[in-house]
Amino acid sequence: MKKELQMRYFAKSLAGGVLLAATLASTTVLAAGTHPTTGEALADDQTFTYSMLDEHSSIDPQIVEDVSGSELVRDLFEGLMNQDADGNLVPGVATGFTTNEAKDVYTFTLRKDARWSDGKRVTAGDFVYAWRRLADPATASPYSWFADIMSLEGVGDVMSGDADPSTLGVSAIDNHTLEVRLTASLPYFALMTTHASTFPSPQWAIEEHGDDWTKVGNIVSNGAYVLTEHIPNERSVRERNTAYWDNDATILDKVVALIINDENTDLTRYLAGELDKGTVPSGQYLRLKAEYPNQATSFPRLCTYYYSFNVSESGQEALKDIRVRQALSYAVDRSVITDKILQAGQTQAFTFTPGATAGFDVPEVDFGVMTQAERNAKAKELLADAGYGADNPLSIDLLYNTSESHKKIAIAISQMWKETLGVTATLANIEWKTFLQVRGKQDFDVARGGWCGDYNEASTFLDLLTTKSGYNDGKYSNAEVDALMAEAKTLSDTKANYTRVEEILATEMPVIPIYHYAGVFMLKENLKGWPYGNVEQNWYSRNLYKIAD
Amino acid sequence: MLNYVIKRVGIAIPTMLILIILSFLLMHAAPGGPFTSDRPLPAQVLANIEAKYGLDQPLWRQMINYVWGVVTQFDFGPSFKYKDRTVNEIIAQGFPITLKYGFLSFIFAIGVGIPLGAIAAIRQNTWIDYLAVGVSIGAQVLPNFVMAPLLVIVFTLWLGWLPGGGWGGGSWEYLIMPVIALSTSYMASIARITRSSMLEVLNTNYIRTAKAKGLPTKTILLRHALKPSLLPVISYLGPAFVGLITGSVVIDIYFSTGGMGYFFVNSAMNRDYSVMMGITILVGFLTIMFSLVIDLLYAWVDPKIRY
Repeated sequence: MKKELQMRYFAKSLAGGVLLAATLASTTVLAAGTHPTTGEALADDQTFTYSMLDEHSSIDPQIVEDVSGSELVRDLFEGLMNQDADGNLVPGVATGFTTNEAKDVYTFTLRKDARWSDGKRVTAGDFVYAWRRLADPATASPYSWFADIMSLEGVGDVMSGDADPSTLGVSAIDNHTLEVRLTASLPYFALMTTHASTFPSPQWAIEEHGDDWTKVGNIVSNGAYVLTEHIPNERSVRERNTAYWDNDATILDKVVALIINDENTDLTRYLAGELDKGTVPSGQYLRLKAEYPNQATSFPRLCTYYYSFNVSESGQEALKDIRVRQALSYAVDRSVITDKILQAGQTQAFTFTPGATAGFDVPEVDFGVMTQAERNAKAKELLADAGYGADNPLSIDLLYNTSESHKKIAIAISQMWKETLGVTATLANIEWKTFLQVRGKQDFDVARGGWCGDYNEASTFLDLLTTKSGYNDGKYSNAEVDALMAEAKTLSDTKANYTRVEEILATEMPVIPIYHYAGVFMLKENLKGWPYGNVEQNWYSRNLYKIAD
Repeated sequence: MLNYVIKRVGIAIPTMLILIILSFLLMHAAPGGPFTSDRPLPAQVLANIEAKYGLDQPLWRQMINYVWGVVTQFDFGPSFKYKDRTVNEIIAQGFPITLKYGFLSFIFAIGVGIPLGAIAAIRQNTWIDYLAVGVSIGAQVLPNFVMAPLLVIVFTLWLGWLPGGGWGGGSWEYLIMPVIALSTSYMASIARITRSSMLEVLNTNYIRTAKAKGLPTKTILLRHALKPSLLPVISYLGPAFVGLITGSVVIDIYFSTGGMGYFFVNSAMNRDYSVMMGITILVGFLTIMFSLVIDLLYAWVDPKIRY
């Protein structure tokens, strides 16, 4: 493609007569249409069209709770800090921050040229307003718990309505200095300001329009794009915000999100050229990779697929025996799941935390380094030790939410248990919301789970298996795990604690880690700048661009 | 006639109330709620949200408040899932879309189905009949969830003639595939019903009399045979019409039309109580209204029917 371009310009220069002058001239012409850093020739039409599986829940930064809504919010609004293509922290509205030694007071310096789309300046007060709004019970934000895990001073009382939102530990020292006071030492606090719920919101627009403030025509935003069209369940369009402080560096002019509820239709429309980024339907990655090697993409995600054992009062007695849990975990041949069923770059899981997590080295847990034959042999031995076998067969229920892919995995695993251990698993699939209720009430033996990290740090996974976690469906409880996780919150080097927790989990096996997710999608070859290295997949349209064909 | 209409409307009001109460109770009986998620909300957050939406009140009070809001202000409440929209807005946005492609499908289904069935009956046991029956059986066995992706593959992927989905403000190129996919099975049913009913009518004594009187075939068919043979078709059309204009989840999913069918099914999955109730009430209201229209049509078609 590049060669062709060079040829075209070469021909152009010849036609101009004077070779040197013409080459210089064509370089000047090109300058407007080239990428400022890479020098690639840019396409004339800088419109990026992608698909979303479902309509976003909201684009109000303090209300949004779904992934696709957060993608829109990251384009429309800008928080204190951003992430780069590798997930590193880079300045956003804040040019930087300082913190005290205890890491419980953070001071952010805001850039002076940041503006809202209506021309007003973005001030520290806008963040104070937004954060108070997040915690305020009157907002009823489903993400207000994020303010809680940010450990903002006074957040508990504000959320329960016992204190006024103005008592929250965030204040504007002046228009461009924001001070945040925390009740705990959080070395990674700045990382949390890349989360959509911490983005500023325009008080004047919210007060004027109420719940309608996010509608086209009413919305005022401070990000690289503004919302220009929204047809619910069909499309939303965002276009360049000329008031954005770094607008000159933005290349994509327009971003169109189409709602396509069916992944096969999505792929067809991608192949028909209607989309720049499309879905890979499950089970089709290998075929698409063979046919479109430069478009079908797979990369590691910060997510784990696992089965929980119910070790609570209501659980089956057998599953409270560590040997039984180990046997069931060892007998799962994870390579069959990743290489034969999913086939899209997922990796086998022997730890709960994915290896792609920042600041986490996958510890060599015993059963992870064995061969499957060794694991199977060990599994038989463990189960026999626990007193189960042909004369005392073990039967368990395996619960999962209705989905073709969960079903395939459940069938494969129940077969592995049957063949290796003689354990009978009865499969039960239930509709999503019912499943959540049943699992949440510990009305199961073994249940499917999936978890994606909220931020790129191992605690977002390991906290799940602490006693007080609301997401600990199997009600696993280990005092040492609790202590190690609590201590990790105060340490600057947490690796040793996380490794130890994983070792405990590998021994006590409260969950069976099965695989770590892969991000899979189709992306047109001329769309550049996709942040594959950002495992959380926090992408910003202003970093993307289209090169000329 | 007027008395009959007043009586029917009088019955419709308690029917709607029973529908509302039953749907409300059934919906709340389903496990989980609008804010059940795989990331359970902390108790305080959940309490704040439930208080905002009035879900913290006893069920009977929620129901009274809801019915009161609907009856007095025509307010169906906010959506629990799409937080920046009310149910009224969702219906106002989705219903016109569904109405447009549904109505066109209806026209297409009767426009093709009735003549096809009639011609097949008139030319019974000729190649025309076999062809018409073949086409209608073919259309019947191709359900819309097979038809829709097939059309997209042919007209979007292979030929590149039509956009693979979207609404585009309802312009014709976005309408063709949804209308074909949605109407074919209705068209087939209408053709088959018309054919069998027409065959029956053509064998009646009064048609024989008309023939004996030497009336031209065209007059016999159009004036004497067609109208009575449409009676069973009309009974089919009432519910079919409501079904078409209130949307098809398959069409909405495959063609991303933004129509109401998707919201209806999805609201049940999401336990988006208010959206589910709003659409149920709308569908219920239309069903009751159109069955009345159909009953009135009977009287027009068949003079033997009197109200």
